[in-house]
Amino acid sequence: MATRSTEAPPETIDLRRELTETRAQEVLDELDRELIGLATVKARIKQIVALLAMDRVRRRLGLASEAPTLHMSFTGNPGTGKTTVGLKMARILHELGYLRKGHLVSVTRDDLVGQYVGHTAPKTKEILKKAMGGVLFIDEAYYLYRQENERDYGQEAIEILLQVMENQRDDLVVIVAGYANRMDQFFHSNPGFRSRIAHHVDFPDYTHAELMAIATRMLTALNYRLSPAGVVALEAYIGARRQQPHFANARSIRNALDRARLRHANRHFERAEPISHDDLVTIDAPDVLASRVFDLSRIIERPD
Amino acid sequence: MRITQGCFSFLPDLTDDQIRAQVQYCIDKGFAVNIEFTDDPHPRNTFWELWDLPMFDISDAGAVMLELAACRKVHAGRAYIRISGFDASPGWESIRISFLVDRPREEPGFRLSRQQGRGRSLRYTTEAYSASRPEGQRY
Repeated sequence: MATRSTEAPPETIDLRRELTETRAQEVLDELDRELIGLATVKARIKQIVALLAMDRVRRRLGLASEAPTLHMSFTGNPGTGKTTVGLKMARILHELGYLRKGHLVSVTRDDLVGQYVGHTAPKTKEILKKAMGGVLFIDEAYYLYRQENERDYGQEAIEILLQVMENQRDDLVVIVAGYANRMDQFFHSNPGFRSRIAHHVDFPDYTHAELMAIATRMLTALNYRLSPAGVVALEAYIGARRQQPHFANARSIRNALDRARLRHANRHFERAEPISHDDLVTIDAPDVLASRVFDLSRIIERPD
Repeated sequence: MRITQGCFSFLPDLTDDQIRAQVQYCIDKGFAVNIEFTDDPHPRNTFWELWDLPMFDISDAGAVMLELAACRKVHAGRAYIRISGFDASPGWESIRISFLVDRPREEPGFRLSRQQGRGRSLRYTTEAYSASRPEGQRY
């Protein structure tokens, strides 16, 4: 410390400036702007970023702080924005100087686990090498561990991952993602994994209003809009789709909109007369209401 | 006898940080980086053994350093290790860069042998001492 004191450290430190200078703030703002809802997730990310920015300042002033563990676990139902937030996280970590490249490599069990003895290690290492300097995003990580088969090669992949997560902490960040309850089980049977993960972020399901906002935004991005009747239809659609199995939040909405566009195009093709500019951009109620979701919900759940 | 070869042969041995910087340069240029090793440093020996696989699709030098560490664990102190960058952008692969990153503890150097030909003519050839040991001692 004696050598430090001669430098006369600045009296006050502007933490805000730390964020804006590194352009991490820019990504945070983007996160706020582009992702609807997810208030708890955004708050959690901001906490993490605050900690990292603080660490950066402390390290610059010579206050001891060792390289933090940055591995994370994102839990939540499908379509709640885990991958999107992962991408943003990679950029934030890059801007703050915790990752050298800031790219994201998204993998599943297939990419890591081999098919025969001796196939797994090279395969896992190959992926790890690709992810160096960035984020390795393991989707549905619990499939790596198959409880029922003790000779499953997934175990080997887990061991290599754990080793790299520990030794190459400044080279790459691992984010595991998946359903909350299955992830809990996974951590339970692989305690080594849990202890190496510093941040657990839980992604809540979107509310009805949030899904509507997402739909509107998706359509606007594609230069479409909903007619007033279309809005009512879509709201009914979301309500009905929610009740059915395999509901994947924003992803379901995107698929629904894709199919609505299909029907929209078809409907205008079948008409003999030329269409107006308005027709070209407006998705109407029939485009949404023709969905199979309504038949099913009428048969299964709704007596009316 | 300290043998030098390839790029930077006029410089002292590169430190790990310097190696990392060179590798990152290769990657940024889009080269596929390879780690090779041999015990026979003859300049015309083109058959160096490849460590692991050529590294395509990586974006950070950390990956290469990881493999280099693994290679050193096995071969450090008894083999020459070099890193080469293959450039495939012209449509055929060609080495753009190649430099030594590790060398054996003892470098016995080369033996010069003379072959006397007809009419007092002499033919010269060099041979690495390290490659002249019998099979069992060589590897």
